[in-house]
Amino acid sequence: MPTLLPLGQRPPLLRMNHVDKVFNGNIVALRDMTLDVNQGDFISLLGPSGCGKSTALRVIADLLHPTRGKVEWEGAHGLGDLGVVFQEPTLMPWATVAQNVWLPYRLRGNSYSSVRDEVRESLRLVGLENFLDAYPRELSGGMKMRVSIARAMVTNPRLILMDEPFAALDEITRHKLNNDLLKLKAKIGCTVIFVTHSVFESVFLSDRIIVMAARPGRVLREVQVDAPYPRDEDFRTSAGYAAHTRAASEALKEAMGEPA
Amino acid sequence: MTTTDQGLLSSPVDAIDADEQRRARAARTERIAKWALPVIMMVLVIAAWAWVVRANEIPHYILPGPDRVWGSLRDDWAMLIDAAYLTGRITLLALLLAVVGGAGLAIVFNQSKLLELSFYPYAVILQVTPVVSIAPLIFIYVDSKVAGMLLCAWLVAFFPVLSSTTLGLNSVDHNLRDLFRIYGATRWQRLRYLQLPSALPYFLGGLKIAGGLSLIGAVVAELVAGTGGIGSGLAFRIQEAGYRLNIARMFAALSLVAAMGVFIFAALSIFSHLLLRKWHESALKRDG
Repeated sequence: MPTLLPLGQRPPLLRMNHVDKVFNGNIVALRDMTLDVNQGDFISLLGPSGCGKSTALRVIADLLHPTRGKVEWEGAHGLGDLGVVFQEPTLMPWATVAQNVWLPYRLRGNSYSSVRDEVRESLRLVGLENFLDAYPRELSGGMKMRVSIARAMVTNPRLILMDEPFAALDEITRHKLNNDLLKLKAKIGCTVIFVTHSVFESVFLSDRIIVMAARPGRVLREVQVDAPYPRDEDFRTSAGYAAHTRAASEALKEAMGEPA
Repeated sequence: MTTTDQGLLSSPVDAIDADEQRRARAARTERIAKWALPVIMMVLVIAAWAWVVRANEIPHYILPGPDRVWGSLRDDWAMLIDAAYLTGRITLLALLLAVVGGAGLAIVFNQSKLLELSFYPYAVILQVTPVVSIAPLIFIYVDSKVAGMLLCAWLVAFFPVLSSTTLGLNSVDHNLRDLFRIYGATRWQRLRYLQLPSALPYFLGGLKIAGGLSLIGAVVAELVAGTGGIGSGLAFRIQEAGYRLNIARMFAALSLVAAMGVFIFAALSIFSHLLLRKWHESALKRDG
């Protein structure tokens, strides 16, 4: 299991450098966003709707080109460096679970037999090794999301982007997936940027919460959660968790334009 | 196992309430009625038809009874089956060309906005102009009767395949499209692994419509073309029997055309179900 360096000692992974994104020439979705992402960070982008958190994610994924500024990766940046999980599981309904997880490799020209072990291992990590040949419609919402996560992890990416992945799930499933996500992250040692509008989720998962405000979308401040990993159910009821939740809530209130 | 466990296990068997019983009975009845009712209807209509003809002493050159139609079907079977073979061959060939042409054009249009903007309006114009009015022109310029008939049938049948496949190719989940971009998919990979599977249910819907239309196209083409030495199809046999006041044979040939249409529809429905049954909503059985 890769060791996680403390905040402040982690080597840089990428930098969003003074990024602006303007839609249609007048809608400012993102203004002057600078964010240094370090290796091993679990960053939550937290904010009200319209604060540009999804836009920031799409700029990092190179799905949107910034109007000004740029995203600078540390070192060479290739196709397998990025995994993405959307709010919906976004699986191909005509393909089996294994074929869905194979997709990132398949698009790079790798045959299934050459990456069978990686596909199986990734599905084993999310607890779905017995569902290789199932079709997505046979799975529950939580299981579909697990397949989506397995697909994002299968190439061992340096960075995984998650856009409110658990927002549509019930709370019990969401807690379970939050716990499992932390275990997975610790196991493969990747970096995660996680968009959410849930204070509780952001505190439980991340060590850096970037609180964003809307109109125009911008970074308001960073709240650091210095509680050590691994975190489990006990953390949810701890005093530290409550204190961090209060700090994040207050920052969020400020982002919403209310007095803190 | 404790008694409580047994109680839990056996109770569902006893626990079918009146409501559930009613539901089960209704489902059973519907299963049988789905087949039985149309058959009973057909028998009733044929019986009524026979009775009307006999009671009113209608001459057979105006309305033959079902017995005469059956007789014609039996006596003229060799001739009718030859005709059906010819019409069927034109229909299937036209359908094949409609699939290749319609889906092919849809893919070409999808890959090139320029070609789509240039040609799509003309595809629409071809479709909305009634084939009956184009057919005589076609037979002036196309020497081969078979080619002319194929062209007529193709003109009617290709458009539903084209428009539904186009719709399908454009109906890709936008998140999946983003995902393919992030993973650096080439245009060909996107088409092969994302757009074509997404378009399949739409294509199959268009195919079912095209199946019926290609039969209509073939029949219309035959009526316009006449025989011209390529043998005679069912439509020509209907026309010919009409000239001879052999109304029974008209009915017999007509019933074969109808049977052919039903066969094509059923075959395409089964084909569609086989392709989609594993994953598509339309092919799923709901539990409970």
